[in-house]
Amino acid sequence: MKKHHITLTVNGDDYDALVEPQQSLLDVLRDTLMLTGTKEGCATGDCGACSVTVDGVLQCACLMLGVEANGVLVETIEGMAKGADLHPLQKAFLVHNGLQCGICTPGVLVAAKALLERNPDPTEIEVRYWLAGNLCRCTGYDKLIQSVLVAAKEMRGA
Amino acid sequence: MAHDILENSGFAADRKLNIVGTNPIKHDGWDKVTGAAKFSSDVILPGMLVGKILRSPHAHAVIKSIDTSAAEKLAGVKAVVTGADFPRIKEGTPYGDMTRMVMAQEKVYHEGHPVAAVAATSESIAKKALKLIKVEYDVLPHVIDPVAAMQPDAPILHSYMRTKGAKPGDPKVSADRPSNVVERYELGVGDVEAGFAEADVIIERTFDTKPMHQGYIEPQSCIASCSEEGEIELWCCTQAPFVYRDRLSEILKVDGSKIKVQQSELGGGFGGKTAFYAEPVAIQLARKTRRPVKITFTRSEVFRGTGPVSGTQSRIKIGCKKDGTITAADAELIFQTGPYSGSAFTNAPQAMFTRYDLKNVRTVSYEVVSNRPKVASFRAPCVPQVVFGVEGIISELANKIGMDQIDFRMKNAMANGARTIYAETFGKIGFIETLEAAKACAHYRSPVPKGQGRGISTGFWFNRGGETSSTLNVAPDGSVTITIGTADVAGSRISISMMVAEELGIPVDKVRAVLADTHQLGFNRVTAGSRTTFSQGVVLVDCARKVIKEMAERAARIWKVPEEGVEFANGEFRPAGANVGEFKPLTIADIAKQTTSTEGAIAARSDMNVTGAGPGFGCHIVDVAVDEETGAVEIKRYTVVEDAGKAIHPLQVEGQFQGGAVQGIGWALNEEYIFGEDGKMQNPGFLDYRMPVASDVPNIDTIIVEVPNPRHPFGLRGVGEVPVVPTMAAIANAIGDCIGLRPQSLPMSPPRMLQWIKERDAARG
Amino acid sequence: MTDLRYEAPESLSAAVSLLAGASGLSRVLAGGTDVIVQMEMDLIEPELIVDIKKIPEVRGIFAENGGFRIGAATTGMQICDHKAFAAAWPGVIEGVKLIGSVQVKGRASMGGNLCNASPGADSVPPMITAGAIARVIGPNGVREVPVEQIPTGPGKTSLGKGEFIASFFFPARPKGSGDAYQRFTPRTEMDIAVTGVAVNLTLDAKGLCTGARVAIGAVAPTALLVQPAADALIGTSVDEAAIEKMVAATRAACRPIDDKRGTKAFRTEVTGVLAKRVVAAALERARANG
Repeated sequence: MKKHHITLTVNGDDYDALVEPQQSLLDVLRDTLMLTGTKEGCATGDCGACSVTVDGVLQCACLMLGVEANGVLVETIEGMAKGADLHPLQKAFLVHNGLQCGICTPGVLVAAKALLERNPDPTEIEVRYWLAGNLCRCTGYDKLIQSVLVAAKEMRGA
Repeated sequence: MAHDILENSGFAADRKLNIVGTNPIKHDGWDKVTGAAKFSSDVILPGMLVGKILRSPHAHAVIKSIDTSAAEKLAGVKAVVTGADFPRIKEGTPYGDMTRMVMAQEKVYHEGHPVAAVAATSESIAKKALKLIKVEYDVLPHVIDPVAAMQPDAPILHSYMRTKGAKPGDPKVSADRPSNVVERYELGVGDVEAGFAEADVIIERTFDTKPMHQGYIEPQSCIASCSEEGEIELWCCTQAPFVYRDRLSEILKVDGSKIKVQQSELGGGFGGKTAFYAEPVAIQLARKTRRPVKITFTRSEVFRGTGPVSGTQSRIKIGCKKDGTITAADAELIFQTGPYSGSAFTNAPQAMFTRYDLKNVRTVSYEVVSNRPKVASFRAPCVPQVVFGVEGIISELANKIGMDQIDFRMKNAMANGARTIYAETFGKIGFIETLEAAKACAHYRSPVPKGQGRGISTGFWFNRGGETSSTLNVAPDGSVTITIGTADVAGSRISISMMVAEELGIPVDKVRAVLADTHQLGFNRVTAGSRTTFSQGVVLVDCARKVIKEMAERAARIWKVPEEGVEFANGEFRPAGANVGEFKPLTIADIAKQTTSTEGAIAARSDMNVTGAGPGFGCHIVDVAVDEETGAVEIKRYTVVEDAGKAIHPLQVEGQFQGGAVQGIGWALNEEYIFGEDGKMQNPGFLDYRMPVASDVPNIDTIIVEVPNPRHPFGLRGVGEVPVVPTMAAIANAIGDCIGLRPQSLPMSPPRMLQWIKERDAARG
Repeated sequence: MTDLRYEAPESLSAAVSLLAGASGLSRVLAGGTDVIVQMEMDLIEPELIVDIKKIPEVRGIFAENGGFRIGAATTGMQICDHKAFAAAWPGVIEGVKLIGSVQVKGRASMGGNLCNASPGADSVPPMITAGAIARVIGPNGVREVPVEQIPTGPGKTSLGKGEFIASFFFPARPKGSGDAYQRFTPRTEMDIAVTGVAVNLTLDAKGLCTGARVAIGAVAPTALLVQPAADALIGTSVDEAAIEKMVAATRAACRPIDDKRGTKAFRTEVTGVLAKRVVAAALERARANG
């Protein structure tokens, strides 16, 4: 199978990769670049566990082919903290128990960050609808949503 | 082991607690919010191959032949396995069944049943190879619905199957002809006929529920490797590493000591990861290829190839007096289990009424095989489905005699020392306190908003103890490592670390938990039954006390005083009295630093079959609105009241309550397996298997009741399973209150709701 | 089994050549939220994927002749975020918003939603009622096609070999116009529509309906323009009687199936319920724009 050579920037680092045409960006991140923070829950865009941003746009990494990612800027969960400094969202999730098993957490954090960059003061309903694409089975969403609202407040005030 | 519970639990209601009851950040939290946590599919080993499984397209068929030659020749394919690559174990035995569920041998029993597997150098080559495997099937008639499977003309799955516990005169079962009924189980007390004769009101209803899935977001994944010496290493997401090891040993005929199962971080289990699927296959491929083999399920494989939850049929009858006393209860229950037994269905008759002190109960339960994937546990296996019916009748009886919903339940509530119908006598329990808290809470006291309806339901779960083995090591700097063998599914390790830190009087940050592999500890039972925090707490407090004793002895030696001259308090060893002498107190770190090199490591282990778990009770209050033009149900307000005994980490406990409630909302309103006429699952994905999303549910209010279990050092009761038990009944009762129609079938999805609403309107005339 | 070939042409004609010359199964790739999913589920095994996103004509939203031209591969989020378009066509936005999650909308396109030809595609009924015109590019040149003529059955379109949609034209809005779209799903989000209704109305200065279009989705092999439902409104003041007739006509046009998402009876019943709600929403918007 003919592979395509792509170059892409992930969390500020440049990468080269050889990808098969049917491989998704998710496959490339996890299997080729070994950045396993982005998770696969369904590979069909129904669960949001693979949420990343590509050129600033929130999307499911499973809904993009690796070959399409030539020349793009990808941000994943691994780029959210700045060294040892956690992003306020990450801190809020820890303090307010916004996670249990943690498998949906990377996708939720990336999606929540994208929301707050677009709308720093969302209502709870807005947060719930924005995160409707991120399935969580453990928390029942309550503390997950509250963590986002706490982080939003901190980011507005700080 | 001489003991199964701490002789002196050390529980004291007035014990001053510094750590237990607070909410420190989970130690596994940092890795989980940064993406660094290693789940099974994140594990990468050098030289690893991709494994893929070929699955039966038929619900029921004989396998006539499998030709793997073309697949084996494909470049990049390193090995192919079929049922023939597994040791032959007699059909109809537990391990014989288990082997056949992993990979079919004589027959396939459900759509998705594995028939072969390949290991290749890439996923695309593995997928191509599967297409080259030729399987010849003799398709047989199939049956999915358990009631249909019980009919005399139903296709029989196993010609050897005869009903265990078959009763002469019960036409549903057969002790001497092939049957699809695995077992008939009777449980009861007293005299129901006499009880019903005493009743002023009797209500009898039938209920049914569909199979549903635990819905964990992480698909199963495992990676197996095999050394030249034949030692197997397995990374997998499992709730039961030791159980897996022992079962692998049995079905692969390899010594348990040559199998190392390492639990990785678990992306949700809820009972669904207590049985293996791809693990033995990955191991056989690894042994054949001499390279690590990783198998990760697609979401479709998770639905079609792993264990969903039992669908049920129940007929329940309850009678009560005008004053609210329940005089008799009778139930006939049918559970599906997939092709082989394993539904844990006896939980249902044991738990369904347990919280009410009933003198006359009769239950008959059936476990039935059929051509759908083998069930696995969910929270409180088989109980929520049946409580859906029980609590509906309870609410109806209360309404009928004009009694408050909670008062009616209170009237019949079990108290301390109550005896259950399965012959256990409870110690201290908190059902009454839970009801009182529910009655007093803001939600219950608030008027039902106009246009909405309110429902109440209660539930019980046994909570379990079980085989638990752990070690505790004190490093020379005084920091502590605890090794946990009972899998952590939701973050229990922080609560366990907190209990150890409390016992040792050190900051919780000084305690780190390690998830052990099976080489490192004795046998640990599966993480199930809400046993983890309870059992691991008991065992590790035992370890903590052992090291305290050891360190006290060392302090005595340092001070050259008798052992009785040393006491331990607030994390320090000090002279037990002025007469012992004047010595500066020694911390754990002091003793560890001073004595490790001379006297050796400070460590302890504890291996127990823990008993003394305290039962849990919950009460749910829910308000709903119903759009009668479309059948859509909206959850407007939800409160979970549950007895946790003692909330070690309250935010974690609340999280369990909330998570269980929302799983129940999904189960109640939308989740179901939809099978076609061809026996294939039509909705094996998150698009059409409809779990709640964030915008579907409101905040879930929680009230933690604390009626301590005195047999645990901190009074803890398991909380993982009770939160799901009352949910569907509470929602259905709320719907009944809202629109005068209380559904008897799950899910209460809009098309069905609208149909029932039309029938209600037609009946009203 | 032939291996998959991926091409990303940079001009319309290059894309047409690739698609026209393909020997096996080919697919146009815009957002991929259907194509990639279908490949993952082994429902399709294309030999050729033609990624059109590098072609300038298929991206962007531009004012044109009083209306708007939207590139067929423009993403849902871009459409939702375009203030002027959203103000003119709130019903279309309602449809686009419901295509999927924020993540899906970050990729999904009108072109893909239409050409995937799922009977329940959410942007399609309001595009039909808007009178949107698809600009089809192919080996025989360009043709302008009303969008309701594109889907011909589940998964099937009227596009010929080598043809694809480059953009959509939304006509200018007369004063007093308003549109709306609602669908029914069991959950609040993330579901495929069980039924969907779109209404676009224009009222004159006296409040009389001078133009109307009604479309239904998920209740027939394709989304349908329901002329009798529109006729029930045109010339009326959209009073209760007119609405009742419109609802009946909408229900009568349903040709649904029983499947895992709904029954025939349910779909037909709820289509009527939605029709009533949607016409009320469109009416309110039309009156506000008078």
